[in-house]
Amino acid sequence: MTRFSIFSLAKNAMTGHSKWPEYWRSPEPKPAYDVVIIGGGGHGLATAYYLAKVHKITNVAVIERGWLGGGNTGRNTTICRSNYLYDESAALYDHAMKLWEGLSTELNYNVMFSQRGVMMLAHNIHDMQVTRRTIHANRLNGVDNELLTPEQAKEFCPPLNISKDIRYPVMGAALQRRGGTARHDAVAWGYARGADSMGVDIIQNCEVTGIRVEQGRAVGVETSRGFIKAGRIGCVAAGHSSVVASMAGIQLPLESFPLQALVSEPVKPAFPCVVMSNTIHAYISQSDKGELVIGAGTDQFISYSQRGGMQIIEHTLEAILELFPMFSRMRMLRSWGGIVDVTPDRSPIIGKTPVENFFINCGWGTGGFKATPGSGHVFAHTLATGEPHPINAPFGLERFVNGRLIDEAAAAAVAH
Amino acid sequence: MLLISCPYCGPRAETEFRNGGEAGIVRPTRSAEMSDGEWANYVFTRTNPKGRFHERWCHVQGCGRWFTAVRDTVSDDFEGFHKVGEPVPENGR
Ligand SMILES: Cc1cc2nc3c(=O)[nH]c(=O)nc-3n(C[C@H](O)[C@H](O)[C@H](O)COP(=O)(O)OP(=O)(O)OC[C@H]3O[C@@H](n4cnc5c(N)ncnc54)[C@H](O)[C@@H]3O)c2cc1C
Ligand SMILES: [Zn+2]
Repeated sequence: MTRFSIFSLAKNAMTGHSKWPEYWRSPEPKPAYDVVIIGGGGHGLATAYYLAKVHKITNVAVIERGWLGGGNTGRNTTICRSNYLYDESAALYDHAMKLWEGLSTELNYNVMFSQRGVMMLAHNIHDMQVTRRTIHANRLNGVDNELLTPEQAKEFCPPLNISKDIRYPVMGAALQRRGGTARHDAVAWGYARGADSMGVDIIQNCEVTGIRVEQGRAVGVETSRGFIKAGRIGCVAAGHSSVVASMAGIQLPLESFPLQALVSEPVKPAFPCVVMSNTIHAYISQSDKGELVIGAGTDQFISYSQRGGMQIIEHTLEAILELFPMFSRMRMLRSWGGIVDVTPDRSPIIGKTPVENFFINCGWGTGGFKATPGSGHVFAHTLATGEPHPINAPFGLERFVNGRLIDEAAAAAVAH
Repeated sequence: MLLISCPYCGPRAETEFRNGGEAGIVRPTRSAEMSDGEWANYVFTRTNPKGRFHERWCHVQGCGRWFTAVRDTVSDDFEGFHKVGEPVPENGR
């Protein structure tokens, strides 16, 4: 692996940047691996990276049916924050936040992590109460979050309309200054490059079509390129987790919905931070290219169509324009959908399944990008040792049986 | 946006309807004898299929009645709409 530095940059400038090596190999699948990871999104690739880096398990394959990061990793609005209400969630998402903070250095690859601040708006008394409660809970967990008045919110984000005359006036806001955004596909590429350099095989255009289970134990995966034996299997297939798990005879508490986002034409820097509003459902930031990146909601019905209804986008843009009237003449360039796997409590499922050696990391729903490094780190531990890391122990499938839900659904309703 | 044919009112825009999730999930009657796992299964587990799916809809902005639809979750094409109590073509569950 060529390390990126000022010197390698200068050297490659001499040859017109035509001699840079490929980021990762495209090997033929081997007949057997210690660990097979299904799904080459950020979470699957991060898992492979930490398996090799932390646990020295390098006989690993990541099997991706399309191209790396072509799933939700490359479709999301890249909001990163860790100010979740419950202790278990705060531990998980802040673990990820701490890894984000050193990730570009760790990977020797610029993931463009930008801690520009994430501001969540409150529009009514109930919002204000929930916001205060969350801020107190966050602080007790050592997670930064602070309450702003509407005037302070406007100072932090000048385009914000804090007029009292709008339909849902801004009554206050919670600001996590450590929150921000990252370049989504760079995260996938950076982890892929790192994992590959330690010997992990990244196999694209290869679909897992079956899980071979013998006497209650998973022994390998059937793929479009033949059978691959596996010591352990990690399923990290996001919106398709139900489909893959059902190949092992497992039904999960998941429903898959289309979630949409859209971007505008690029303009000069106009928007300094990330603003989210759960109540009127809008979230927005500006990418380094200059596009406004806007997230909409999910469709109300389960679907694998990767489209989403037009009325959902309209609804979001109405909210955006009320909060930021200056964007009323912006032209939108593209919109798209991704399929998100949603759990009943809106918290992920990371752990064992009833099938031995078959592990799952799914249910991140509408908000798992921010967790990518932490998710990969704790799932690698789970796959390496066969037991969950203390951070993901509360996120097992058993919680739906014993009732210990981590109910971020009730805490935030929607969140990204 | 979907065009949904309420079996009572006819074709209407999706925004008139509320989706009620997977159809055909029957509340167990012998609850006292059930294990926690069986309860969890009833309350939380869903088939979430990629393909043919039986689902419930309620025409909230119209007649207010519930019905069952059969839809393909990849193409989002509806195969049929059925009043409550009407036989619905076979489902996996
Ligand atoms: C529009 C949108 C906006 C979002 N905004 C945010 C946000 O602002 N902040 C945030 O934190 N999160 C956000 N999310 C959620 C976030 O994108 C996901 O939670 C996260 O990216 C999931 O990562 P992943 O690696 O698990 O999934 P993916 O990147 O989807 O990876 C799963 C991979 O598995 C592969 N796969 C599936 N089935 C098979 C098979 N049978 N064989 C082989 N491979 C298979 C898929 O092709 C896919 O590449 C958003 C999601 C969407 C759709
Ligand atoms: Zn009707």
